[in-house]
Amino acid sequence: MNIKPAFGNTVVGVGVAAILAACATGPSPAELDREAIAVIRAAFRDQNIAKIDRIQQDLGQAACSSGTPPSEALAEQVMAQAKATVKWPTSGQYFGDWREGERIAQSGRGMTWTDSSTATSANGGSCYNCHQLSKAEVSFGTIGPSLYNYGKNRGVADILAPTAQGIVEYTWMKLYNGKSYNACSNMPRFGHAGLLDEKQMAHLMALLLDPKSPVNQ
Amino acid sequence: MKAALLWATVGAALLTSPVLPGVGQAQAQAQAQAQAQAQPRAQAPAKTTADGIAEYRKMLEDGNPADLFEAKGEGLWKQKCGPRNASLENCNLGKGPGVVKGAFVELPRWFEDTQRVQDLESRLVTCMETLQGFNATEIAKTEFGRGEQVNVTALATYIAAESRGLRFNLPQAHPAERKSYEIGKRVFFFRGGPMDFSCAACHSEAGKRIRLQDLPELTKNPGDGVGFAAWPAYRVSNGQMWGMQLRLNDCFRQQRFPFPGFGSDVTIALGSYMGVNAKGAQSIAPAIKR
Repeated sequence: MNIKPAFGNTVVGVGVAAILAACATGPSPAELDREAIAVIRAAFRDQNIAKIDRIQQDLGQAACSSGTPPSEALAEQVMAQAKATVKWPTSGQYFGDWREGERIAQSGRGMTWTDSSTATSANGGSCYNCHQLSKAEVSFGTIGPSLYNYGKNRGVADILAPTAQGIVEYTWMKLYNGKSYNACSNMPRFGHAGLLDEKQMAHLMALLLDPKSPVNQ
Repeated sequence: MKAALLWATVGAALLTSPVLPGVGQAQAQAQAQAQAQAQPRAQAPAKTTADGIAEYRKMLEDGNPADLFEAKGEGLWKQKCGPRNASLENCNLGKGPGVVKGAFVELPRWFEDTQRVQDLESRLVTCMETLQGFNATEIAKTEFGRGEQVNVTALATYIAAESRGLRFNLPQAHPAERKSYEIGKRVFFFRGGPMDFSCAACHSEAGKRIRLQDLPELTKNPGDGVGFAAWPAYRVSNGQMWGMQLRLNDCFRQQRFPFPGFGSDVTIALGSYMGVNAKGAQSIAPAIKR
């Protein structure tokens, strides 16, 4: 698994001018930025499937790596890039089985150095780690908003109806690459990062939008 | 009470063996358990889980198994061992050779002899090398829960316990200490990996949780005995004693990052960041955790 750096070494290069400008009281913020990157690079090593290419940041990761959000222009750039990565389902099938979706939403597995494979089949969606979904599951996290009644609240009575198309495409894009709408979203880019395949995402689509799914009861 | 008896039995085994037998297996089991925890628990009602934990904590009030590691660590501190057959009693943890009380709540800090900012565990390894003749690089490369790492954890538990109830007050006078804090802040917010996670993704807002697990807000003082002020801690879920180095290591594992070196500047800088942020917070380490 490898997220390609979109803008090469922009992150690392920032410090040079700053060093010249640094005054005697200590390193400048830009110099510290540069040094932090060097410290990070020196500290990590490969462990099984978790390789050091994982700390090579792309534009969006670098833009969202401080306590202050990126400038509006940079955020726009990140979102535009994210949107351009989204692939619509090649089969044309946006929906699978919500039962499978529930299973994927429950599983927090995958991509750690104690996992044996980076294959999508080895990964869960970790949805309940951060979101409420079905009413029956009370062990849910709160980092993301509640998704209980996600489809119902958006008036989806028939997932195949033309009126539902907007929310269907929005939801697919959110799952595939959520940075399309929020540059610094905490949500993993399930499609773009190769965490879940089309079928798995289609199962999650059904979990979220199918009127028969427990999410919409 | 039953639980206390059980721990006493386990503890007897711990105390009698310098290197824990079968800890590698325990580690593997713990990993399996950790994965299992991420699995479905659709039918477990919240109240029961929370009640269960509260009940368990109550049951262990008069007997945190960490006490056993603390006692082992005290023994190791005073006992002559290693190639030089020396004790650690002259180890300088920052407040002068042999001063243990209060050392924990001032770490990580700058050390003149190593020309580094060091945290408790990396400092202990330095002393094991300089005083006892162990090879620090070898210890740093050893897996958690194996060989001398077991003793480092026990020693850290003892040193932390000697500062129980004291308030964090990390020195920031040396430029390297201030720099360590600044680097730590940047590491904390550094996004990466296949899931785009940083420490901040989970620990920069109050009142958030993963599943039912509360997440401390670590960008400021999270309060007495929370976050940095609670580790080393005994983990009930896997029956292991964890120091801050292992705590951070497992955070990075779950962040889907590659493997951080033991005592690497990343881990120490994070310690500086959390420790300075926790200024004034009372230490309850060694604590007991889920």
